[in-house]
Amino acid sequence: MCSLEKRGRLFILKLTGDGEHRLNPTLLDSLRSTINQIRSDQSSSQSVLITTSDGKFFSNGYDLALAETNPSLSVLMDSKLRSLVADLISLPMPTIAAVTGHASAAGCILAMSHDYVLMRRDRGFLYMSELDIELIVPAWFMAVIRMKIGSPAARRDVILTAAKVTADVGVKMGIIDSAHDSAAETVEAAVKLGEEIIQRGGDGHVYGKRRETLLREVLVHTIGEDESGLSVVRNTGSKL
Amino acid sequence: MCTLEKRGDLFLLTLTGEDEHRFHPDTIASVLSLLEQAKSQSTKGSVLITTGHGKFFSNGFDLAWAQSAGHGAIERMHQMVKSFKPVLAALLDLPMPTIAALNGHAAASGLMFALSHDYVFMRKDRGVLYMSEVDIGLPVPDYFSALVVAKVGSGIARRELLLSGKKLKGEEAVALGIVDSAAHDSAEGVVEATVSLGESLAAKKWNGEVYASIRKSLYPELCRMVNLTANNLATHNL
Repeated sequence: MCSLEKRGRLFILKLTGDGEHRLNPTLLDSLRSTINQIRSDQSSSQSVLITTSDGKFFSNGYDLALAETNPSLSVLMDSKLRSLVADLISLPMPTIAAVTGHASAAGCILAMSHDYVLMRRDRGFLYMSELDIELIVPAWFMAVIRMKIGSPAARRDVILTAAKVTADVGVKMGIIDSAHDSAAETVEAAVKLGEEIIQRGGDGHVYGKRRETLLREVLVHTIGEDESGLSVVRNTGSKL
Repeated sequence: MCTLEKRGDLFLLTLTGEDEHRFHPDTIASVLSLLEQAKSQSTKGSVLITTGHGKFFSNGFDLAWAQSAGHGAIERMHQMVKSFKPVLAALLDLPMPTIAALNGHAAASGLMFALSHDYVFMRKDRGVLYMSEVDIGLPVPDYFSALVVAKVGSGIARRELLLSGKKLKGEEAVALGIVDSAAHDSAEGVVEATVSLGESLAAKKWNGEVYASIRKSLYPELCRMVNLTANNLATHNL
């Protein structure tokens, strides 16, 4: 499912096992509870989160096979991922995705929901696959895309051609921060970046609030427009 | 005035004649009707390519027609601005990828017509983009600015396009991120390049309804302005 390691002030969250790390309700619950664990750790406001994975996939998106057996599960998975992303956005620490495998659709959104995205260049791609598999893209996914990809042409290429974006192309498009020669080097670079960020110091709580303000457009979709005091809602460990 | 041809998967919409292809209520109605036709005949893998004959892609609204009404000129301008909105909406809603192959100059509403396509190819050797309004002393309709903001990312590029009154040639338009390509000389060259792109997009056999839905959700603000509901379902239609 997922594992959590602490290295000094770094939290390393890993999607474990050689599978596709499909975002089914169980994995999503596991991820959320791990993020909550991280949030409530005493050192959290001076820490950094790195999210990575084992195997060929970062995450290949929602568990579509599962949703086919029971359509209400697709609503459930979407709702759980929305809550997870909202949790990541309000997390009182910088977040780094070390993308060491394919990240498709919801999996790609999960990667992009981190402040920094580092990726291996030798294998794997980001892939908003929806157009190729005849799925509509939810409004909140589009909000993440708009907030994280600045160029209209790049957004169009990503979502309207279902481009398979390798790391170097991703860097050019402004989606990926840096590309690395292997999975191990990507994680190493993420650790190094995490340590640099920690060195700079700063209050994670303030960081989290500023990020919420920056990504307000996404939160409006993930929590809903009626909710004010976004971080208050998040910190109560709301059971959304 | 304008014609619609089918070439395999490709719909070719052509603004015919060697004139300026100005938008006038009749041309607007014509274009709308042809877009309707393309929509009704669309299948998986359909693609639209829009181009023109002669020196102009389109030089904007028919100002002469407006002015010929004397006191009624403003009313006619308003009419054209209002009736042009559905053209943009129809392109945003079209269930297939859209490509503009600029054979020549695109100005004002003619430029907006071009930018309403998913991909815009210009000629390298001839033709400019020109928002003439600032030079004629006309304000720009709000949905024009919304389109520019939606399609053009950089503040500098938006300024050059909307405020500077510059006539932008192909290479500069590419550098500013306004068009996708200005690599080909001659109108035939551009059309050929767009046909090539069109064929590669057609080969994906995308579902047109899904394509249109995703496209609209890319531009929610613009859709609002042209009275299109973006199909932003919270759930996937699995």
